[in-house]
Amino acid sequence: MLLEQYLPVLALIFLALGLGVALTLVSILLGPKKITPAKKKPFESGMPSDGAQYRRYSVRFYMVALTFLIFDVEIVFFYPWAVKFRELGFYGLGVMSVFFVILTLGLVYDWKKGALEWE
Amino acid sequence: MSPGFTQTDFLSIMPEMLIFGMGLVVLLFDLFGQGRSTRNLAYLTLLTLGAAGYLDVMLLGQFLPGFGGSVIADDFSIAFELVFLVVCALTVLISIRYLEDRGLNHGEYYALLLFATGGMMVMASGRDLLMIFIGLEILSISSYILCGFLQQDRRSNESALKYFLLGAFATGFLLYGIMLIYGATGSIALQDIRAALADPATFQNPYIWMGLGMLLVGWSFKIALVPFHMWTPDVYEGAPTAVTAFLSTGPKAACFAALVRILFEALAATRAEWQQVFWVLAALTMTVGNVLALHQDNIKRMLAYSSISHAGYILVALVAGGEEALAGVIFYALAYTLMNTGAFAVLILSSAGDRERVNFSDYAGFGYLEPALGAAMFVFMLSLAGIPLTAGFAGKFQIFKAVVGQGYIWLAVIGVLNSVVSIYYYLRISVVMYMQPATGDSISTRPPGSVPLYVAIVGSLAGVLYLGIFPGGWLEMSLHSVSRIITGG
Amino acid sequence: MLISFYILAALAVGGALSVVLFRSPVYCALSLVATFLCLAGIYVLLNSEFVAAIQVLIYAGAIMVLFLFVIMLLNLRSDKPLRHSWTWPKLLGIGFAVAIIFQLIGIFHSPAARMGPAGKYSTEYLQQKGAVEVVGEVLFTEYVLPFEIISILLMVAVVGAVILAKRREPASTEQTP
Repeated sequence: MLLEQYLPVLALIFLALGLGVALTLVSILLGPKKITPAKKKPFESGMPSDGAQYRRYSVRFYMVALTFLIFDVEIVFFYPWAVKFRELGFYGLGVMSVFFVILTLGLVYDWKKGALEWE
Repeated sequence: MSPGFTQTDFLSIMPEMLIFGMGLVVLLFDLFGQGRSTRNLAYLTLLTLGAAGYLDVMLLGQFLPGFGGSVIADDFSIAFELVFLVVCALTVLISIRYLEDRGLNHGEYYALLLFATGGMMVMASGRDLLMIFIGLEILSISSYILCGFLQQDRRSNESALKYFLLGAFATGFLLYGIMLIYGATGSIALQDIRAALADPATFQNPYIWMGLGMLLVGWSFKIALVPFHMWTPDVYEGAPTAVTAFLSTGPKAACFAALVRILFEALAATRAEWQQVFWVLAALTMTVGNVLALHQDNIKRMLAYSSISHAGYILVALVAGGEEALAGVIFYALAYTLMNTGAFAVLILSSAGDRERVNFSDYAGFGYLEPALGAAMFVFMLSLAGIPLTAGFAGKFQIFKAVVGQGYIWLAVIGVLNSVVSIYYYLRISVVMYMQPATGDSISTRPPGSVPLYVAIVGSLAGVLYLGIFPGGWLEMSLHSVSRIITGG
Repeated sequence: MLISFYILAALAVGGALSVVLFRSPVYCALSLVATFLCLAGIYVLLNSEFVAAIQVLIYAGAIMVLFLFVIMLLNLRSDKPLRHSWTWPKLLGIGFAVAIIFQLIGIFHSPAARMGPAGKYSTEYLQQKGAVEVVGEVLFTEYVLPFEIISILLMVAVVGAVILAKRREPASTEQTP
C-alpha cells in the first residue's frame, strides 16, 4: 500500500473544494443582484424570526447520538474481522460472536428500557 | 501466535470471566424480572463474589500467564482480587438497605458493581498496558454511573459529572504516557518494556521520561494524590454513601495494584526517578489530606480527605519499594477496606429509614441511643487512626517498619506525625457520640435494623480486629505474593 | 511527503487554535472537525489507513454530532464574550506553557530522542500487508482478550447512557427557553 494510491483521493478533495468555491464565485459574479429590505432578513418567507438563534434541544437527541456512537465504535471492530474473515475462519467467527452477543445484550437493554423510543 | 486457546488461557482469567458473565446475567434478570425485588439480585451478586473468591483461592500458588502474556494469574493478582471481592461484597451488603430506602429498585446497580469489580480484577491481573488500561476504563465508567445513580439528587449528578470530567482528563494523561512508552520501547507488554529498558540507548530516550511523567500524573489523578486530589471531596460527598464506600477503597486498591505492576515489572529501571517524585507526593498527600480533614463538619467529606491521606500512607510503601513494603500495600489495602467500609456501614445504618445523616452534629448522644453501633464506630475510628490491636495499626506498622528499614527516616517521621494528627478528627466523632448531649437536630429514634448491614458491620469489625491481633496470615500471603514482582520474573 | 505533512500539521494546529479562540461554541466544534480531518490525513501519511478511517468515522462523524447536541443541550450563548483578565493563575499557566514548549523543543532536538522506529511492525511490513489486515491479524490473535473485554466496556457505556440520561419518571413537557 503506497501513498501514491491516495493521489486520486487528494485530487477528488481539491476538485470538490474547487467546484464548490467556483460555483459560489460564479453565482456571485454573474448572478443579478437586487437587494431589497425583505431579502436582507434571515427568513424570506413565513413568520418573521423571533427569539434566540440557538434553541435548546431535548436530551433525547443526545441519547440517540450517544447510543449511535457506542454502536459505531462496535462497528469499527468489525472491519478488521471482515478483512481477515477467510484466514480467521471459525475461530474468528467464535471470537466475534462473543463480542457481538455481549453488545447485543446492550441493545436488548436499550430496547427494554425504552431508550430507543421517542415517547 | 496461532489462533486458538489453551486451557491455561481460560484458567488465567476464570474469576474475571465469572464476574463479567454474572454481571450480564444480573442485568438480564433485572430486565426480564420486572417488578420483583432486587434483593434477590443482591444475593445472586454475593453468591457470584463468593464463587469468584473460591476460584481465586483455587488458583493460589499458580503462575499462569494467559493470552500471550497479556494477563496473568499469580499470587499478586489473586491477593488483590480477593481484596476487590471483599470490597464488592461489603458494598453490596451496605447498598441493599440504602437503595430500598430511596426506592431505587434497579438491578443495574449490582450489575455495575460486578462490572467495576471485574475491571479492577483485570487491572490487577493485566500484564500489558492495554489490559490494565481497559480494566481501568471499565472500572471508571462503572464508577461514574454509580456516582450519578441518585438521578433526582443534584449533588449526585454533580458528583458524577466532576468524576467523569476529571477522570477523563486523567485518562488522557495515562494514554499519552502509554503511547510515549510504546513509542520508545516498541511494546506494551510489561516484560518487553523491562527488557527494552535494559538497552542504554532506549533508557536514555527522553520519550521514556516524558511517558513516565505522564503515567505518574495519570495515576496520581486516579488515586487522588495531592496535588491531584481536588475532585475527591465533592465526588465522595455527592455520590450515594454506599458508592462512596466503594470508591474510596476498591478503585484506589486497584490503581495501586496496577501501579505496582507497571513500576516494578516494567519501569523498574527508572526507579530512582519515580522514587523521588513519590517521596514528595507521599509527604504532601499525607499532610494535606490530614490537615483538610481536620475542619470538616460532614463525615462523608471527612472520610474523603481521610482516604486521601491513607493513599499517602500506601504511597510511602511504594517509595520504600522492598518486599516488606509492597506486602504492606496489599495488607493495607484490605485493612483500609474493612475499616473504611465498616465506618460507612455504620453511617448508612444510622440514617436508615431517614434522611441522610452525615453531619457530626447529627450524632450527638448517639452512643447512648445505640451503644453497640457507637462502639463499632469507635473501633473503626481507632483503626483508621492506627491505634494498636487494630488492622490500621498493623498495616501502618508494616509499612513504616519497611520504610525505616530502607532508610527513609524522614518520610516515616512525617507519616507517624500525620497519624497522630489524624487521631483528633477520627475520635471527634466518638467524642460527639458519647460526650455531647443530644440536641433537637441529632438522630433521636433508633434506626430500624437491617440484616445485610449488620452482617457488613460485624464482618468488618471482626476483620479489623482479626487483622489487628493476628496479622500473620494475611501478611504472610502478601509477602509471598510480591516476591515475584520485585525480582521481575 | 514532508510537505503534505507540514500542510496538514499546520492546518491541524490552526484548527485547534480556532477551537480555543472562537467565541461561538458551534464554530469551535466545527473547527475541531477540521483538526480531526487533518489528523486523519496525517495518519494516512503514517501508513495507518485504518486509524485514519476510524478518525473520520468516529471522531469527525459520531463524536462531533454528540458535541453539537451537547452544545445545543447546554444552550450556551455566544453573545456573552468571555472576560479576559490577566490574573496571576493565567500568567502562571502561560509561564508553564512556555517552559514546556521549550522543553519539548529541547527533547525533539536531542540526539537521544532520535532512535528510529522500534517494535515489530515496520513501515515496509505495513505497506506490504496493508494496515487493516495487520490490525485484524493482531487484534484477533495477540490481543483477542482485550478485544473481548472491550465489548464489556461498550456494554457498560450503553447501560450508563440509559441510567444517566433517561428520565425514569414520566417525561415532563419539553422545555424551551
